[in-house]
Amino acid sequence: MNNSIAKEKIVSLRKKRSLEDMRFKYYGFTAMCLSLAVLVFLLYTIFSKGYTAFQKTIVLLEVDYNQEVLKLTPDSSDEDMEKGKFFRVKKQALENFFPDLSKSDIKLVKKLFSINVDKEIKDYFLDNPEVINTKQQIWVTAHSDVDQLLKGNSRRDVPEDRRKLNDIQLSYVDQLVEENRVKQVFNNFFFTKADSRHPEIAGVAGSFMGSLFTLFTVFILSFPIAIGASVYLEEFAPKNRITELIEVNISNLAAVPSIVFGLLGLGVLLNVFGLPRSTPLVGGSVLALMTLPTIIIACRASLKAVPPSIKEGALAVGATKTQAVFHHVVPLALPGTLTGTIIGLAQALGETAPLIMIGMIAFIPNIPTGLTEPSAALPVQIYLWVESAERGFQEKSAAAIMVILIFLFMMNAIAVFLRNRFERKW
Amino acid sequence: MSNSKILANGVDVYYGSKQALFGISMDIKEKEVTALIGPSGCGKSTFLRCINRMNDLIEICKVSGSIKVDNEEIISEKTDVVSLRSKIGMVFQKPNPFPKSIFDNVAYGPTIHGLVDSKNELEEIVHSSLKKAGLFDEVKDRLNEPGTSLSGGQQQRLCIARAIAVNPEIILMDEPCSALDPIATAIIEELIDELRLNYTIIIVTHSMQQAARVSQKTCFFHLGELIETGETNKIFTNPDNTKTQDYITGRFG
Repeated sequence: MNNSIAKEKIVSLRKKRSLEDMRFKYYGFTAMCLSLAVLVFLLYTIFSKGYTAFQKTIVLLEVDYNQEVLKLTPDSSDEDMEKGKFFRVKKQALENFFPDLSKSDIKLVKKLFSINVDKEIKDYFLDNPEVINTKQQIWVTAHSDVDQLLKGNSRRDVPEDRRKLNDIQLSYVDQLVEENRVKQVFNNFFFTKADSRHPEIAGVAGSFMGSLFTLFTVFILSFPIAIGASVYLEEFAPKNRITELIEVNISNLAAVPSIVFGLLGLGVLLNVFGLPRSTPLVGGSVLALMTLPTIIIACRASLKAVPPSIKEGALAVGATKTQAVFHHVVPLALPGTLTGTIIGLAQALGETAPLIMIGMIAFIPNIPTGLTEPSAALPVQIYLWVESAERGFQEKSAAAIMVILIFLFMMNAIAVFLRNRFERKW
Repeated sequence: MSNSKILANGVDVYYGSKQALFGISMDIKEKEVTALIGPSGCGKSTFLRCINRMNDLIEICKVSGSIKVDNEEIISEKTDVVSLRSKIGMVFQKPNPFPKSIFDNVAYGPTIHGLVDSKNELEEIVHSSLKKAGLFDEVKDRLNEPGTSLSGGQQQRLCIARAIAVNPEIILMDEPCSALDPIATAIIEELIDELRLNYTIIIVTHSMQQAARVSQKTCFFHLGELIETGETNKIFTNPDNTKTQDYITGRFG
């Protein structure tokens, strides 16, 4: 009798326990789905807003390269050609863009084109000097307002005074569409140009290079210092209060808000040492300080993971401590250290606040070619574009986010690759 | 007494405040195999690691007393640990080849000590060391493969070859067969028997049979004290101390 009651109890308890199991599985699954959904939503938003930035609108323009208007002759030297009066050619082309345009109409027509059109007309001619005295149909970049209208990003059903393009301009655009004189092509400007006040010719090349130079500085500064510090702490330093204190503070340093490092850069690097403002050199130095603890922690962890038997083996055949460490322990810890370094660099790549502090938020319209040239960085560029009122910059910022995400993704892929390729098993 | 290689006198070892060895005195003869036996934690490995100063790696470990190798004191601040260790090779409990090629494993010692001037010489040393360790025939076609790709027994012989390559006079073995199967163990034991002709060998072992098979002298440790030392034959057949008797007959340990 007693026995069967006990058995019943056990059975009911077992049911309860397996139910608990099920519940936990369900909770976990829900949590995973939730985070996955958020991620998908995020990526979808970025992509759906940004993919149009990879296209630009171009308009067919008939240009008459008349030698009288250009003030050139077919025999002009290259230098003279540079000085040709291309703005007059453009003016003429715009006047004849539609038949019978009045003066005020021409002004409206002019606003349909990018500021870059002058250069495009000139470049076309310099590439093909034989077109002098002929009429050429060339595709030129449309103004961002036209671009946004055709991409459906700006609405045409709002009152005229709240639109960038007025009714006449809208009718012009419609006419262009009807006559197939407008089309959308791949936006090479986005990848080859630096920032600009004009959305249609703004690109990420400048900030991308800036980020690259900054990361280079971070790597050059932080990697050797971090390796030196971690090898010393892990292998040579006596274990006492002072080293313990240093260890704790390295961990603390990893948690310091990045803007504090930015203030440090502003106060010390710019104001005391007078390094050039807004440059990858300063930005990289500041981010290197921020990245150091991350790399040190990763490097020490991988040094610790090297089995002590390897070091003992080296010491037992008569290697000095330095030889044992640098011939055997450090090479084995290198893959893990590199992985940690790349994670640290990825963190540095996305950092905005310290760069703002040291002036990398300045508007830089050209692509930097060195460490001491003013430049922007990708996250700061995104910040600048998001803040811009122009509608054309909205898609640009989403596209720049895509660029930075792909950059990060690739860095992480390299980290995973290095780990799998060089990690050794014992 | 003239051919005594290692002379230990009153060696005390402390790990922090805990004393691990109590006044160990021992006389180890040249070109003999001496086995250190005793239950786990009795201090035999600790003593072994005093002889090539491997205990220096453990920060809380303090060694006092005197150990003389070839009449030279080695428990001293002035001892050149690096040259001491090149004179006293060591083989560990778990095979620990470097994660490098078989060739590089053996070549490492001679290279850092500058024992060779040319590539040919290095090759010669590597080959002869591998031959002495009885491994050459098994690996001669794959010297560039990683040492870790070998079997456990081969790895242990590779470690012996690595130790031999720097031309030591003494080889310390810390339970070299405890991670190996019986066949690999038999090969290593045979090897130890051969090596005895050229090297002084001290081996720590948990296997009574192994001690009986390979050694000429046996020392029995218990709770950090050296209980008895003598000819292996005598220790295993007619020990003086009852503790030794109890241990070798399997009554404790």
